[in-house]
Amino acid sequence: MSNTETKPSDSLITTDVETGSNDRTAPSDRTAVAARDLNVFYGDEQAIDDVSMEIPEKRVTALIGPSGCGKSTFLRCINRMNDMIEVCRVEGDIEFGGKNVYDDDVDPVALRRKIGMVFQKPNPFPKSIRDNVAYGLKIQGFDGDVDERVEESLKGAALWDEVKDQLGSSGLDLSGGQQQRLCIARAIAPDPEVILMDEPTSALDPVAASKIEDLIDDLAEEYTVIIVTHNMQQAARISDRTAVFLTGGRLVEYDDTTKIFEDPEEQRVEDYITGKFG
Amino acid sequence: MTDSTESPDLQRRSGLTRLKEGTYGGFFAACAVITLLTTVAIIATLLSDALMFFAEVPIREFLFSTSWSPNPRGGGQSFGIVALVIGTLTVTITAAFVALPVGTLTAIYLSEYATSSARSILKPLLEILAGIPTVVYGYFALVYITPALKATLFPEMSTFNALSASLMVGIMTIPMVSSISEDAMSAVPDDLRQAGYGLGATKFEVSTGIVVPASISGIASSYILAVSRAIGETMIVVVAMGAQARMPAVRETLLGIPYINPTDVLLDSGMTITVAMVQIAGGDLTGGTIPYDAMFALGLTLFVVTLVMNVLSDLIAERYREEY
Repeated sequence: MSNTETKPSDSLITTDVETGSNDRTAPSDRTAVAARDLNVFYGDEQAIDDVSMEIPEKRVTALIGPSGCGKSTFLRCINRMNDMIEVCRVEGDIEFGGKNVYDDDVDPVALRRKIGMVFQKPNPFPKSIRDNVAYGLKIQGFDGDVDERVEESLKGAALWDEVKDQLGSSGLDLSGGQQQRLCIARAIAPDPEVILMDEPTSALDPVAASKIEDLIDDLAEEYTVIIVTHNMQQAARISDRTAVFLTGGRLVEYDDTTKIFEDPEEQRVEDYITGKFG
Repeated sequence: MTDSTESPDLQRRSGLTRLKEGTYGGFFAACAVITLLTTVAIIATLLSDALMFFAEVPIREFLFSTSWSPNPRGGGQSFGIVALVIGTLTVTITAAFVALPVGTLTAIYLSEYATSSARSILKPLLEILAGIPTVVYGYFALVYITPALKATLFPEMSTFNALSASLMVGIMTIPMVSSISEDAMSAVPDDLRQAGYGLGATKFEVSTGIVVPASISGIASSYILAVSRAIGETMIVVVAMGAQARMPAVRETLLGIPYINPTDVLLDSGMTITVAMVQIAGGDLTGGTIPYDAMFALGLTLFVVTLVMNVLSDLIAERYREEY
């Protein structure tokens, strides 16, 4: 393991914010996040069954599968959002930058500062557009030029041109698609390494959804994007790698997206993708 | 469909059924009218008797004179409300200093930090606190709080004093603040908390930076209701604060700006607007005398103040309401 790969793991333990230190070069095939023998239980019910997978850096990886297959649970293991569910129990490792995020010395708060998240329903804070984007910077003690970073983030989320004259108005006044792009701007403002997206377009109309899809494509130049989606066309359009989860929280097949959609190994995956069940 | 030729039964109901329906409606409406009439009657009485009072005592004297001695049995009478307003303000402000912070922090604990088992014990306990008769609070202040404060912090304190009464009024209104604020905080969608945690916010940052601002209209309403309640509180004050309409000494700072030393007011007995009314009502009164009418003038004053507070509370709730 090279030095650069272990670096982020050290900074997980402290809550210091690193700014501008990420040198994002051309997309590489290094691993950003890896699951090893991951099992997750809600009480007695098993939600993830022995999943191991490596998610490449600066690529879009889609997690697809029928409802209740554990794909959202898997996503929420990566930034430990499942910690807040009392009955949830995680076994196995999730490695981020070579460090198991479930180790005792990892602070989930510090972890989430490195791994941004976008949710199913747009959930801007009832604050101004500017304050929404600046929120992560504020809590992470960002000491650079906040307004400049807000502008960069809004541009990164393809929202700047639409809101640059109304940064002071409430984020809730925007349309659903704009709100979701605002949430993306908010997630990228603190400059995370990974962005988790949990069905980010399922609450949006097709036009707004297609804007988000274009945006995801751009985001992958700088960030590792892991997206859960119900929409198979969407997974086929935007992702480089696709993981298919089927009932019982099992990872059935994980490969390049073209391979999954054109020539899957597993009959069950082909049946699911062609709509025979799911 | 064999019966398709037979038309369905669309006959109007009999006259009796319709009469019954009409009677129910009328009965419910009558109950609503009783409430309305009571409110109107109270306001009309307050206004008419207060007007008779102001025919005898100029409104300027009532509002600006510092001496209050209604003397129902005759003798030197004066009807200045200033000392009473100072008493009421003292109680209200001191109570607010207790109830607003403690109530808000309790609400944050209940809504954001407490486990569901802790919440299931604490919430009913707080509701019991709200159900204790205020006269019990009054005796508690007189018998326990005053001696405790006297023994520790303020040996010069008099037996009947504003501080104990105010602290007790504050404690009494904590459940009001915490319960309404907690409802408002619990109504904040969980999505917003998730968004905060997803950005790496701590529980404290989510509670204070996201949940509290998002529920600010409910919290503000609870404050105003609690303050209104403190303004109108009577029993605790009668029992623990005594009933002397005392005008505290007005001192002057070096620059000649007048001020009142808070300890002069807090550690001594005093009288609030409500207590002044109780005192007049408790004496041998005949209608039509000036002291009798003074009671209504005081009542009207209180009514106007609390009405303004309630309207303000509605306006704030309206102004800062967020639709999710």
